[in-house]
Amino acid sequence: MTEAQTLIDKLWAAHEIVRREDGDSLLWVDRHYVHEGSFHAFSRLAERGAPVAEPGLTFGVADHYVPTRAPRDKIGNPDIARMVRQMDENAAKHRIKLFGLNDRRQGIVHVVGPEQGLTLPGLLIVCGDSHTSTHGALGAFAFGIGASEVAHVLMTQTIWQRRPKRMRITVNGEAAPGIGAKDIVLAIIAKIGADGATSHAIEFAGSAIRALSIEGRLTLCNMSIEAGARCGMVAPDHVTFEYVKGRPFAPKGAAFDQGVEAWSKLKTDDGAEFDREVALDAAAIAPVVTWGTSPQHALPIDASVPDPAGETNPARANELREAIDYMGLRPGQKLTAIAINRAFIGSCTNARIEDLRAAAAVLVGRTSKVPGLVSPGSSLVKRQAEEEGLDRVFRDAGLEWGESGCSMCVGINGDIVAPGERCASTTNRNFRGRQGPGARTHLMSPAMVAAAAVAGRLSDVRPLLAGRKI
Amino acid sequence: MDKFTRITATACPLNVTNINTDQLLPARYLKWPRAAGLGKVLLQDLRFDSAGRAEPDFPLNRPQWRDAKIVVAGRNFGCGSSREAAVYALYDYGIRCVIAPSFGDIFAGNAVQNGLLTAAVPDDVAAELMAQLTTTPGTPVTVDLEQQTISCGNHSYGFAIDPVRRMRLLNGWDDIALTESFSDRISAFKAADRIHRAWALPSE
Repeated sequence: MTEAQTLIDKLWAAHEIVRREDGDSLLWVDRHYVHEGSFHAFSRLAERGAPVAEPGLTFGVADHYVPTRAPRDKIGNPDIARMVRQMDENAAKHRIKLFGLNDRRQGIVHVVGPEQGLTLPGLLIVCGDSHTSTHGALGAFAFGIGASEVAHVLMTQTIWQRRPKRMRITVNGEAAPGIGAKDIVLAIIAKIGADGATSHAIEFAGSAIRALSIEGRLTLCNMSIEAGARCGMVAPDHVTFEYVKGRPFAPKGAAFDQGVEAWSKLKTDDGAEFDREVALDAAAIAPVVTWGTSPQHALPIDASVPDPAGETNPARANELREAIDYMGLRPGQKLTAIAINRAFIGSCTNARIEDLRAAAAVLVGRTSKVPGLVSPGSSLVKRQAEEEGLDRVFRDAGLEWGESGCSMCVGINGDIVAPGERCASTTNRNFRGRQGPGARTHLMSPAMVAAAAVAGRLSDVRPLLAGRKI
Repeated sequence: MDKFTRITATACPLNVTNINTDQLLPARYLKWPRAAGLGKVLLQDLRFDSAGRAEPDFPLNRPQWRDAKIVVAGRNFGCGSSREAAVYALYDYGIRCVIAPSFGDIFAGNAVQNGLLTAAVPDDVAAELMAQLTTTPGTPVTVDLEQQTISCGNHSYGFAIDPVRRMRLLNGWDDIALTESFSDRISAFKAADRIHRAWALPSE
């Protein structure tokens, strides 16, 4: 009898080509996603005069630099225009399929991959973007890499890796209405810390995880990196198979049936051991917001800004003081007393159709007290939202209905939060200056951003949901 | 890639935890080619105010640490975005080694690809080094990768680094050449895999 294996072990074994004596393994890459920011790697290829080893397994997406509010046919900033054009040229030169600026399937790479059926259970997926962990939601082994590794994958379709340690995070129980994947993952990061899962792969398990839709699981796995994890994953199940079935690049007919047969085995065996186990009770999770400058600075909405004076560890007290100072807050201030200047709904974390529906459910018939931007996760999500009339809800509430891209999550397309402004945001990083120099970011779920927009301050969404269909 | 064996240099204490790659190189510089000089915008928004004036109290702006080749920082250094240009910015500024209790995984991988050593030490050692460098800023620090030691004044400490990464830094190895030596194994894997996991290919 073979030894009991975790999901992580099974995925690793299926991709291992060579294991060196020193412990590093060469792994086969099933999908390689590239974006405009991958230009350093393409330059490396050009220097060596090397071709792309597997153009059929390499897919390009224009997301980081594309405009999400201005008209898209004319990019004003010549440097940004060059970034988008460079991706087009590299894709054409290397015969890589590109979901470019004008493709109706364009969107954020971590939304497009699953949406197109490129991301499947059992695959090993890499991309030069840390939020590649997102794709683990379907039971894939997916992680972000740097430019040198992107170049290596382009040239060889393989990557050297050291086997990660295995962590299982089990969330059992039933989450209360209005509590979603974003609240769960922020609660996890608050518990284990921003480096709590460093050098680990995480398997998310438990009844509350099983109860999540694929959209919710994508949000959950997306934020694994914010706990320092190499990757996060959820074992595929019938929800996954239903999601994958019929998508453009997913296997069809007999190949799909073979896939389901193989994917059904992708679960942790009884008795398999993890290097670390963490457990949370879903019923105890309230809507979560971040107050500071690290995703670990997350608290339930009814809490207050921490007081560094009550902190015995000097390094931690210093960290709290600096975060409070940057964020322009006071120790002990109620989180619900924090007024916002702006709202953003978008990013690879929370801009899928379910996220837009959750925000719209709060906003329908209400008005935002602050300006805000809604940037759908993909152009197809945008179209679907418009078919459902969600764009009208956002517009009627006074928010701007934009195009799809990374937008105000990272601000490199020029959509930024002004210095000193405070933004309620569905994104993944509340780092200093992440949304623009001097910008102050509070992370939360789409429903909580909608609630903050309506109140003009951080606010509990639950009373706003009373009597509404969610 | 340049080899790393041993350096003796000025070390700058950066007593901050979670210095992420957005701090090391803000996103607006990501469209710069490396040749544009990423070293000058390293930690831009911490080193300079919004008008571009140097923040006099920021350690790397202080005369005693301006020429540092070593940085000692708080835990989770380099967390966040996978941008390898954060490593280019450090390296092109002149930094050859970062000492911290822990590092972002992707950052540490990017560092080794570019000859930058990430030396992991326990929390108390990082705190002790930072305290010593703050009280006696002139003390040179020696980092020896062969011995895996850090010396500062009369003190010597061990540090941790993945053994594979250590060998790569010591030898200045390039991954691609190594991988190409396994090309037969890769071809064999691919051929078998296409039969075994036919469902794994994109269908369109």
